[in-house]
Amino acid sequence: MKEELIIAGFGGQGVLSMGKILAYSGIMQNKEVTWMPSYGPEMRGGTANVTVIISDKRISSPILQWCDTAIVLNQQSMDKFEPIIRKGGLLLYDPNGISRHPTRKDIKIYSIAATDLANRMEMSRTFNMMVLGAYLKLKPILDKENVLQGLKKSLPERHHHLIPLNEKAIEVGKEHVKEVV
Amino acid sequence: MAEKLLKKGNEAIALAAIRYGADGYFGYPITPQSEVMETLMEEMPWETTGMVVLQAESETSSINMLYGGACCGKKVMTSSSSPGISLMCEGISYMAGAELPCLLVNVIRGGPGLGTIQPAQGDYFQAVKGGGHGDYRIIVLAPASVQEMYDFVGLGFELAFKYRIPTMILSDGAIGQMMEKVELRDSVRRLTDQEIAEKYGHWATVGKPANRKGNIISSLSLAASEMEAINLRLQEKYRTIEKNEIRYEKTMCEDAEYLLVAFGSSSRICEGTVEIAREKGIRLGLLRPITLFPYPTPVIQEMLPQLKGIMSVELNSGQMVEDVRLAVNGAVPVEFYGRMGGSIFSPEEVLKAFAEKFNL
Amino acid sequence: MDINEIIKPENLVYPKSKVLTDTVMHYCPGCSHGVVHKLLAEVIEEMDIQDRTIGISPVGCAVFAYNYLDIDWQQAAHGRAPALATATKRLYPDKYVFAYQGDGDLASIGTAEIIHACNRGENIVVIFINNAIYGMTGGQMAPTTLIGMKTSTTPYGRKAELNGYPLKITELVAQLEGTCYVTRQAVENPANVRKTKKAIRKAFENSAQKKGTSFIEIVAACNSNWKMPPVEANKWMEDNMFPFYPLGDIKDR
Repeated sequence: MKEELIIAGFGGQGVLSMGKILAYSGIMQNKEVTWMPSYGPEMRGGTANVTVIISDKRISSPILQWCDTAIVLNQQSMDKFEPIIRKGGLLLYDPNGISRHPTRKDIKIYSIAATDLANRMEMSRTFNMMVLGAYLKLKPILDKENVLQGLKKSLPERHHHLIPLNEKAIEVGKEHVKEVV
Repeated sequence: MAEKLLKKGNEAIALAAIRYGADGYFGYPITPQSEVMETLMEEMPWETTGMVVLQAESETSSINMLYGGACCGKKVMTSSSSPGISLMCEGISYMAGAELPCLLVNVIRGGPGLGTIQPAQGDYFQAVKGGGHGDYRIIVLAPASVQEMYDFVGLGFELAFKYRIPTMILSDGAIGQMMEKVELRDSVRRLTDQEIAEKYGHWATVGKPANRKGNIISSLSLAASEMEAINLRLQEKYRTIEKNEIRYEKTMCEDAEYLLVAFGSSSRICEGTVEIAREKGIRLGLLRPITLFPYPTPVIQEMLPQLKGIMSVELNSGQMVEDVRLAVNGAVPVEFYGRMGGSIFSPEEVLKAFAEKFNL
Repeated sequence: MDINEIIKPENLVYPKSKVLTDTVMHYCPGCSHGVVHKLLAEVIEEMDIQDRTIGISPVGCAVFAYNYLDIDWQQAAHGRAPALATATKRLYPDKYVFAYQGDGDLASIGTAEIIHACNRGENIVVIFINNAIYGMTGGQMAPTTLIGMKTSTTPYGRKAELNGYPLKITELVAQLEGTCYVTRQAVENPANVRKTKKAIRKAFENSAQKKGTSFIEIVAACNSNWKMPPVEANKWMEDNMFPFYPLGDIKDR
């Protein structure tokens, strides 16, 4: 198993921490992982993206030309990352704020209306966990208990009381992910 | 089983410093390595191991705090990024001259000048050929993973004290900012003052006991004959290091007809290149120098009979390639591919460049 | 008279400190460094801390201080002695650490290091020799050179509009919270020598009590580079240096 994934959106959407939770969950499942941020001025309000690789074997390049999955949370990221998904790969996106929808026919495309859901359910701080849930539904590469362990490891202890809420958000994401045809 | 954590390369350096029994860290903030001192400050090792952590007023001051601490026989270290290392070069030269052990970490960013905060490998010459004045070398280790960032803190201190020489971990913004699995090793206890006095009291400034003369640590010797003798001794030490301490890693080299040579983050990308090349039936291998000084010259030379060509791949304008060419000495064609200023190549991009250079 | 007729026990006025080595000092006759070295050695001997004292020598004439006091020494890069002293003291909090620096070393190239070491209140002793000139490099202008004073780089005298003003760094460090004792002394006559020795002793005691940084400026003569005979140099120092750099304690707490 080897999953090469890019998560991209605005800074503040929890893109990097979502990647971190995923990577930590991978470690909990005895996988090799890398988490490679695009950092710099972009971190401060601009677009942010992170490359996460989860693999059974030693990981070579942390830098990717092509990815298996792109999780896209704003328009700039859609424009940048839709073209680099491998044939047969996965594109998951939140339609909120997307004016130019994906056009490729050779990949699987799913949407998760996480922004809407999070606002409606007054769970806006767990927006990224809904997206994570949607992803894990589509690519069940990690067991639930390892994801919860990864979540626990990623959060500072003072935020551990929020774990049940995050767990709920993951479930919400799993329920609401939709195929785009 | 040892604890496995997901950590940035910079964080791994800090955790390793505490666990490998460092006595002191002295540093100054600069992107992309500030997490080193931030992590140390958060961990508060002075409460546990007694390690001193101090934010200095400049890199100039940090390196001279290292000089003072190293004179004391203590395990001292600093970390910085390119412009900060430039400022430290005076002190590094002094420490090389005075034969002092210390650990330096350079998380390289793109230059020259203030440059960029994105990763690069443009400080190879500075690290390997000596950034400061005078004829000196330091041991240079190039980690290619977060685990190696951790492990090389231990190795770096070990080599620094074995040879009484500054040792540098030459990393870059990619390895520093990237998170990977880190397996924490067993902790090494800090030496007590008593143990340091017994082990290093013959040269270190630990306070002069009645039965010996005062130790003087200096890089000054005005008489040309004395200074030449010191230089000859230093050169002899460097030759010993070249003999004993070469470290490298080979990937798919047994049947390789072509060879990529790359260190640090570039070598990780080139591993990817080798994977793709092999799928296409190209017999490509990768040599990753782990020590940049001493350079694995003999390892390249041994491989020459099987090779049709070598390409050095670096995030700079072609620095290490000079050492590859010196090793090869014209025996096979040596090409170079690089990106600069914080731009990074992908495995596919490297393969394309390789195929073009060798008409494959 | 043969020298052996002079060196007799009955002629002994006082013995040389055991902390001083027998190495012949390279300082010019009339230089103040030798006297200050002697005082340091005496204080270290009297406090019985030779085995716990680490000295940091500067770049400048006193670079070779390590040849004259038999203690452990570190020789710093130009201006950086306070950084070495900081780390040494922090790594060995129970030892005595002093930095010995001249005016070019401390008040020019090493301003950042001294200000920040003092501001952090490092428990170290700083001995600052101010002779208003660069001695070792051959008489160039120092930050403390007086207005009108001739040096090899101010051959027509220091002019404020060209070279700025003489720097009263001692008054400056006295402003910092981290310093506990800041004083200005001289060693050109026996009375002042005695006062300076007291100040050095107090500084070392402060260091043991972890009160902060003790900073002792010693206004000194450099007769060679001032191009005067020693006695005349001392007189010139009293007439010209002391009015601008007045002696006495600036801070003591």
